[in-house]
Amino acid sequence: MPEPIIRVEELTARYGGRTVFDRVSFEVGRGEVFVILGGSGCGKSTLLKHMIGLYTPFSGHIWIDGEDVTGAEGDAKRAILSKLGVMYQSGALFGSMTLLENVMLPMEEFTDLPPDARSLIARTKLKMVQLEGFEDFMPAEISGGMKKRAAIARAMALDPEILFLDEPSAGLDPITSAELDQTILELSRNLGVTFVIVTHELPSIYTIADRVIMLDKETKGIVATGPPAELRDRSDNPWVRRFFRREAGGEAAEVSA
Amino acid sequence: MLWPVAAMASPAPERVPSASVRVDGDAAGSVRLVLEGRLDAGRAGSVWGEALERARECEADPLVVDCSAIDYCDGAGASILVALRELQEARGRRLEVRGLREEFARILALIEPSGEAAPAPPSKREGLLVALGRSSLGFFAELRSLVVFTGEITVCLGRALRHPRSIRFRDVVVVAERAGIGAIPIIALVGFLLGLILAFQSAVSLQRFGAQIFVADFIGIAMFRELGPLMAAILLTARSGSAFAAEIGTMKVNEEIDALTTMGLEPVRFLVIPRVLAAVLVIPALILLMDLAGVVGGLAMFLTLDYPVVTFWNRVVEATSPGDLLGGLFKGAVYGVIVAAVGCLRGTETGTGASAVGESTTSAVVSGIVLIAVTAAIFSIVFYVLGI
Ligand SMILES: Nc1ncnc2c1ncn2[C@@H]1O[C@H](COP(=O)(O)OP(=O)(O)O)[C@@H](O)[C@H]1O
Ligand SMILES: [Mg+2]
Repeated sequence: MPEPIIRVEELTARYGGRTVFDRVSFEVGRGEVFVILGGSGCGKSTLLKHMIGLYTPFSGHIWIDGEDVTGAEGDAKRAILSKLGVMYQSGALFGSMTLLENVMLPMEEFTDLPPDARSLIARTKLKMVQLEGFEDFMPAEISGGMKKRAAIARAMALDPEILFLDEPSAGLDPITSAELDQTILELSRNLGVTFVIVTHELPSIYTIADRVIMLDKETKGIVATGPPAELRDRSDNPWVRRFFRREAGGEAAEVSA
Repeated sequence: MLWPVAAMASPAPERVPSASVRVDGDAAGSVRLVLEGRLDAGRAGSVWGEALERARECEADPLVVDCSAIDYCDGAGASILVALRELQEARGRRLEVRGLREEFARILALIEPSGEAAPAPPSKREGLLVALGRSSLGFFAELRSLVVFTGEITVCLGRALRHPRSIRFRDVVVVAERAGIGAIPIIALVGFLLGLILAFQSAVSLQRFGAQIFVADFIGIAMFRELGPLMAAILLTARSGSAFAAEIGTMKVNEEIDALTTMGLEPVRFLVIPRVLAAVLVIPALILLMDLAGVVGGLAMFLTLDYPVVTFWNRVVEATSPGDLLGGLFKGAVYGVIVAAVGCLRGTETGTGASAVGESTTSAVVSGIVLIAVTAAIFSIVFYVLGI
């Protein structure tokens, strides 16, 4: 694994008194495409929101580029945040702005670019996610999959070092989803962007993921770590093997099991 | 050709099986609960209560439920068995299901609790007294959060005024437009009617002393000093405080607040400051309109007393001082901050789910009006003591 850019150490998350996951530790390498897997409701989004410093952990630490996210405030926090781009599960586009304005907003706040340069950059980002021609649409006027893509464009607005994507391909058709995979691969290879992605799309996991971790609701921890093909073939956890096989088309294995 | 259709439309009554429950004792003296017929969603309800009732009367352990006479059973029917099991377990007894057909047993297996304890539901319904106690405890927590939030806004407002570039003036204009221009008709109407009502009520009393002319004084003083700012603030709460809470609440539910935070745009600067500024900018205009409409309403009534317009106007000008008007505007500005701050606070406190937005909207209006009333009372006392 390359030098780690994110380190999660003994992270425990709770809502009220209920533990979502307990003492989870892992590292994400610089330039890696890192995928978080797990059943619905097992805490993937929660983990993501802890990693970007949005939620304060019950216990444990997260380091990004050697900086402790957990206790950071003010300028230190801003410095960390400026390295991140985040796409939320719901898209979280600002409803009162057009798509173009949504993508331009981070640039407006953080750069001295003149307006026409901002607009040009924003247009290219939207083009990268196949949203050319929709610049002046409001979020309410486009479909769910398009919202996700616009949100990805916004997350990429400031060319962050790390992109967090929460279920980017949910609600996308297979072709757009494959195109998105290509975009991710290009960004990762050409610009060295690190990706942390929550997804269920097995085909795209095999294409893009360098490593995956698998969260488990029952044990409230990580049940598997490694490259996807390795987990499919060699995991000693039958549940993990089944997850990979079944969705890879191994219905027969499921029935005979 | 009519005959077969008719026959199909009304099958013989005895062929519609109904559901029933009865208690059956056998020769050995042991008691069984017998469920019969068609236990589907439409019929299960009719035997549900009775089945539980009979089971409660039975002392047998295990209680045997004979299901061999069940013709049909779906999820609703199977839940009767689950309910019976739970009843027995609550009494420390067992339940034995006999003769349940294979296909129905599978349905039962589907809906049976999986053994592991489900996580406790986040909130339970509670009694009136408990709720009352909790809400009065909650009052102090709320007061605290309001103070903290006010402090945060003040700090942010101070910083914004020192760095005016960081203020999003475009948002201020948009909000001010919606809160201001949109409110003109209702402010004018309510102001006019308020003036009219006040004039009539005061005229009734003043007439007895032949002092109707003082209606004008009364209208001027009451509107400029108290009622203009108060009513304008209450209308602003209803129209815009609620809108602020709903907008910000929706953004919270939609993860937009999270998105702002991770973009390094503090929600307070980005969302709250423009709204507070807009409210403070707009409310003086609304108050002046309210005052004017109130005076016109009073005038409308005054004219029925056969005085000329000039008399009315002279009395109003004479009775009130610019200080009254300015004092009213000052109060209004404070109310404006309160309305916007409470609306935004309630918005940011929104929980998860769409119904949470409705709750915070309601709560924004209620606490906004309460706080305005309390502040108005405090102002009255302070102004009185200071002799303003
Ligand atoms: N804001 C919240 N408050 C309380 N519980 C929450 C909240 N968000 C998520 N949860 C709970 O935490 C668990 C994990 O949620 P989440 O991280 O969204 O799961 P995933 O993204 O893996 O589907 C779920 O059981 C959910 O009910
Ligand atoms: Mg999620």
